Amino acid sequence: MSPQVAGQIELLGQVLISGILLGGLYALIGLGMSLIMGVMKIINLAHGELMMVAMYGTYWMFTLAKVDPYVSLLVVCPAMFLLGVAIQKFLITPVMNADSVLPQNQVLLTVGIGLVLSNLALLLFSANYRSVPVSYASKTIYWDVKMGGQTVSLSFSYPFLVAFAIAVSLGVALFLFLGMTDTGRMIRATAQDKRAASLMGINTKRITYITFGLGAALVGAAGALLDPVYYLYPQIGGPFTSKAFVITVLGGLGNIPGAILGGLVLGLAESLGSVYISLGYKDAFGFIIFVLVLIFLPRGLLGKGRA
Amino acid sequence: MAKNSLLALGALVGLAVVPLFVSNTYILHMLVMVFLWALLGQSWNLLGGFTGQVSYGHAAFFGVGAYTSAIMVKSGLSPAAAWWGLLLGGLVAALVGAVLGWICFRLRGPYFSLSILALSEVLRLIAVNWKQLTNGAEGILYIPAFNSKAAYYWIILAVVTVSFLTIRAVMRSKFGFYFLAIREDQDCAESLGINTTKYKLYSLLISAFFTGVAGSFYMNYMGFIDPGIVFSLSDISIMMILVTMLGGAATMTGPAVGAVLYVLMSELFRDPPLPMWIPFREAIAHLLKSGHLFFFGILIIVIIIYFPHGIVGTLHEKWVNRKLRLAGRAAAAAPKGVA
Repeated sequence: MSPQVAGQIELLGQVLISGILLGGLYALIGLGMSLIMGVMKIINLAHGELMMVAMYGTYWMFTLAKVDPYVSLLVVCPAMFLLGVAIQKFLITPVMNADSVLPQNQVLLTVGIGLVLSNLALLLFSANYRSVPVSYASKTIYWDVKMGGQTVSLSFSYPFLVAFAIAVSLGVALFLFLGMTDTGRMIRATAQDKRAASLMGINTKRITYITFGLGAALVGAAGALLDPVYYLYPQIGGPFTSKAFVITVLGGLGNIPGAILGGLVLGLAESLGSVYISLGYKDAFGFIIFVLVLIFLPRGLLGKGRA
Repeated sequence: MAKNSLLALGALVGLAVVPLFVSNTYILHMLVMVFLWALLGQSWNLLGGFTGQVSYGHAAFFGVGAYTSAIMVKSGLSPAAAWWGLLLGGLVAALVGAVLGWICFRLRGPYFSLSILALSEVLRLIAVNWKQLTNGAEGILYIPAFNSKAAYYWIILAVVTVSFLTIRAVMRSKFGFYFLAIREDQDCAESLGINTTKYKLYSLLISAFFTGVAGSFYMNYMGFIDPGIVFSLSDISIMMILVTMLGGAATMTGPAVGAVLYVLMSELFRDPPLPMWIPFREAIAHLLKSGHLFFFGILIIVIIIYFPHGIVGTLHEKWVNRKLRLAGRAAAAAPKGVA
């Protein structure tokens, strides 16, 4: 095998690795949105902004108290849970059954919440780009593969690997929670049929609080994990809200395993597209796949979502 | 009816002669912005308010309209004062609307809203990256053709009048009833034999056309566009919804009322008229200026929770309730056995 071919293989391997690692984080973002969508049938357009809030929380904990971003997960996730519960309880629930001409007042409401959050951050923290300079930010682990007489060297970014591992464990934990615990079963029942669930004695209002809290906590975790590998600024939420939406559509609306697959597909599409097609359109690849899926597979990649 | 029409005609003539008496360019500029936003609100309202298809991506049509004009001027295809470009901007926007509608109307409700948002973002990215055509993020500069604001004032007043009359005519025709039926219950409308996809598309086409005309006008009037301005989610798409909801979605006059309030509020935030003696005057002015979207966000939340029908909608409801109450009182006062 010639060195050129080995180089091509190395590039491809590298692109696939970074795509999958990124996809793990995307999956975490998508899971929260999918959960909220499944139970409340609304799209949370403040999802990326919630992530931004968690990112700033992690940033300030690191800057002021030198708390490692992975440790701060223990604080950020519960705090985001409470924020999510508060938003659901005091803002979204009151308009859930309100009579209105526009059918999607709740979704518009989340747009308003997102605007408030991102511009509050802008007022408080200015538009400067910030980053969390952890000591391991650029640490990489190399993996050399012998292939046809050539050595292909693949690198794994350490913070991305940790983020991926934590994202996977959180995904598994969510799965177990939804499948094994009473509260998890109540959430699934409410998602299937809210009226029937409330007839079975489930306090569906409480379930919606918990669901929104969980969704916020999950996206908060994603924010904390993203901090060491990304920069943050007040308007970072918008693109991530669209990414979360693309992921949930790819996976099938309200489908939890689908959201994980959707996250991986989006991560791969972005990293393959930006290397092999054009970096400028990096953010467009997700949307293009999204449109193709809408046209050809309207029920999502797994074909199980609600169309 | 005739009285109302005469009143409306009088108001229109009144508005048309304003530039003859007002030479203050600042006031004329404010009025032009009010008409522009009324036009945008009306266009959004046809699709979102009357047809019930809430779009988060109308900046796509605004941007396409603006770029159509800008590219024509840049490439020398049209003379500097390209007023026929308004029409062309609208037509290209409607064409784009047909494509977006073909894709997005496969989805319903919030999924439609978000898919159109996603496609408008794709258009923004194209405008940023296709440098030969759009000059990329640098934007396109253009020296406005007319020096006086009055010319622009009359043009936008004419466009807004045409769009108002068109939308009113549409809503009084069979189309309008189909649109309302689709908003109220799409399945029911379908089962009654309405081709819902087709009529949703018609509504989108008209809406996209006027939004494109507005974008085209914006380009000609402001003389500068870049993708971040005309394809902006928060400054165009969301504000079109805010203007409509503020005045009252699914009302004919709501968007105009919303536009007046929106332009006034934007001006207050941009240049807050704080008295000189207020402590921390500079700091407060800066806070209001940089935080205008924060306050608009709060405004959206407040409107949705407390005034879901907007100003015109809430007033109309009060008026109807009062009429019902009076009618009830009259019926109660009538001798028994008659009613």
